[in-house]
Amino acid sequence: MKKVYLYKKFERFWHWGQTLLILTLIFTGFEIHGTTSYMGYRQAVEIHDISAWAFLILIVFAIFWHLTTDEWKQYLPTLKNMKAQLNYYLVGIFANAPHPVKKRTLSKLNPLQRITYFALKVIIIPVMVLTGLLYMYFDYPDIGIEMDSLEWVALIHTLGAYLLLTFLIIHLYLITTGRTATSNLQAMITGWEVVDDDEVIDLVEEAVEEAGLKIKPVEDDEQSHEEVKELVVKALKETEEKVAEEKLKGMEDHKKINKKL
Amino acid sequence: MKNLKRRFLCLGLLICFLGGSAELEAAATDSSASFPMHNYIRKEDRKSKPSADHAKFKILQSEFESAHEVTAACLSCHTERDREVMATAHWKWQRDEHLPGKGVVSLGKRNILNNFCIGTRSNEGTCTRCHIGYGWDNKDFDFEDPLNIDCLVCHDKTDTYKKEKGSAGYPKNSVNLNYVSQNVGSPDRDNCGVCHFWGGGGNNVKHGDLEISLLDCKKSVDVHMTTEGEDMSCVDCHITEKHEMAGKLYALSSENKNRATCTYCHTDAPHEDELLNRHNHRVACQTCHIPVYAKVNATKMIWDWSTAGRLDEHGKTLHENDADGNHNYLSIKGNFVYDDHVIPEYYWFNGTANHYLIEEKIESIPLQMNTLYGSYRDNGNNGGELAKIWPVKVHRGRQPYDTIHKNLIQLKTWDKESGVGAYWKDFDWDAAAQAGMDYVGLPYSGAMGFVETEMYWPLNHMVSPASESLTCIDCHTKSEKGRLANLDDFYLPGRDFNGVVETAGISFILASLVGIAFHMICRLVFGGKCKLNQEDQ
Repeated sequence: MKKVYLYKKFERFWHWGQTLLILTLIFTGFEIHGTTSYMGYRQAVEIHDISAWAFLILIVFAIFWHLTTDEWKQYLPTLKNMKAQLNYYLVGIFANAPHPVKKRTLSKLNPLQRITYFALKVIIIPVMVLTGLLYMYFDYPDIGIEMDSLEWVALIHTLGAYLLLTFLIIHLYLITTGRTATSNLQAMITGWEVVDDDEVIDLVEEAVEEAGLKIKPVEDDEQSHEEVKELVVKALKETEEKVAEEKLKGMEDHKKINKKL
Repeated sequence: MKNLKRRFLCLGLLICFLGGSAELEAAATDSSASFPMHNYIRKEDRKSKPSADHAKFKILQSEFESAHEVTAACLSCHTERDREVMATAHWKWQRDEHLPGKGVVSLGKRNILNNFCIGTRSNEGTCTRCHIGYGWDNKDFDFEDPLNIDCLVCHDKTDTYKKEKGSAGYPKNSVNLNYVSQNVGSPDRDNCGVCHFWGGGGNNVKHGDLEISLLDCKKSVDVHMTTEGEDMSCVDCHITEKHEMAGKLYALSSENKNRATCTYCHTDAPHEDELLNRHNHRVACQTCHIPVYAKVNATKMIWDWSTAGRLDEHGKTLHENDADGNHNYLSIKGNFVYDDHVIPEYYWFNGTANHYLIEEKIESIPLQMNTLYGSYRDNGNNGGELAKIWPVKVHRGRQPYDTIHKNLIQLKTWDKESGVGAYWKDFDWDAAAQAGMDYVGLPYSGAMGFVETEMYWPLNHMVSPASESLTCIDCHTKSEKGRLANLDDFYLPGRDFNGVVETAGISFILASLVGIAFHMICRLVFGGKCKLNQEDQ
């Protein structure tokens, strides 16, 4: 078994920041809606507003990060393997079948995740932000925003809140369907996910693909491409061995120091 | 990882800090020094002593034959003041105001009906006890004679000046006019209160938020007039120039002009919390800050004239009280309902009002004596004036109307003599109606009925301390007891929801929970194959 570095530092910060803020927004939002009464209406409004602004700032950073790292491509919806993925959740999972879509650093989301997160990022969150802003600045002509009624804004915002809550519940459940019940959670905390040995080859291939983008043969024929590939695989294996050696050495040193102490 | 932890910590601290500071804000609003003020002189900075000692003036030391002579003495020094006074509504008991659809109409106590004692016409002799003049007991009163002005009722500082009952505004014989005239000054609460507290025939009958307890009240009754605090007099807010006082009452006036406002002193942004300041765009200050009225003595809520006239076996009038000692039946007036600590009713109000005029037909029941205009749609940008939510005392009545001509009746209620139609002397509805309508110059068919009427009194006084003002959930609540439960022409967060959205939302959640439960059970049932168990291996 090996570990793969799936989620980068900012990505994890963004994910957990978003988690905290969405939970706060849901909690305070339903208080404002009159569904619950835990903290007091005024407090709920204040926290909701502050969280909303914090969320907006986080979104701006996240957009920047996604664009500059090309990570946004991870969320492009695809129908490839969709059927297999659905089949897995509905049938395969009960028969201990393998996950149909392997996690790779260049494609860490399965097709269901892709379409869900895409809808979340492109439809639900923007609609919530927009209606949220209208809600905040509704009917204040001093800043030039005025509508006939708050009603439709409020209704869309409420419906969005229910959808987000539903997503949250399903999401929370589905993270237990990883290799083990907590492996997905651990990955999102540490960034590293444990994968089975048979996936290592995939990973190397993936790394080759990634490296291949940056190393090209001069001649554009099959043989030249093969040569480059072999070169990269060799280099990668050597690097991996070196890294492993050094890690081993480091661990030995560590043990020695510990013993001395 | 360290960075990440630090970031989470920062975010958490930010939320705690902002949440915490909001609490501090809420606490700060209770201290009177913390909010912005302008155009206001604090109690400790007021110069209360007048520069002139009127006791030294010879003209005020000579004996006065009549009250008119006092007025002459006043005007001998204060020349031209008579013209100022005679231009005011306090003198004329009417103003020219534009009523929508009716053009410019003279409105005032002189001609408008209410659902208390109904109207002044034909009853001037007793009603004008509250006029700032002497001798108005019929249509012949000379409004152009300055000597008819009563200076003392407003300017007396001795608290000994009293007007006689049923004497058209003349003072009681017992009043020492020399003593009073030598001790005059700017009006205090008791000068204004002698009429404005007692309107409708008793303390706090009409307004509900203006009554004798304000002469010496706790801060919780009125933060402005309290003797525990700023001890403000009426004219500190009702700024007066050339005897013209700012502020007016929508029971008798219609146009949105010359109003006394909170913002005159408190600025447009009195709260530290911007969200509260923004509420003021559609919510009047009074709505949150006058959560309850008639805080000490009860006010009249209902007056049913139809039961009047019941006498005891000796033909004497009856006086019956409720458990709190307030009248609930008088032979001359009918049945009443009084109440104290009343929660206002809330209306959209854009600063203009309509008024029922006696010559108009009654078109809907209950008849609105002074319709307050405004709705949620009046946002100030679509032609009309901006409407805000206002707290209102609604006084409900049942009063005489002409069932043939379909208009309200001006009843002759009072006279010194019996036999001239005054209801309170003779208890004869027809005679009283005939006498009153003759006086007004309108026909009376002889067929009388009683009709429900409503009169609206926007509240402005008995402002509570900030700590007792309304809070968010007084309005933002689904409870039927919510203050705005009946003002339902707009979407109010926390109160309103859409059944379809709620049902859909809750269905989504339930469906997902059921689906998960089902899925999880399946995973557990299939035992060893279940991924949930792999962690232990």
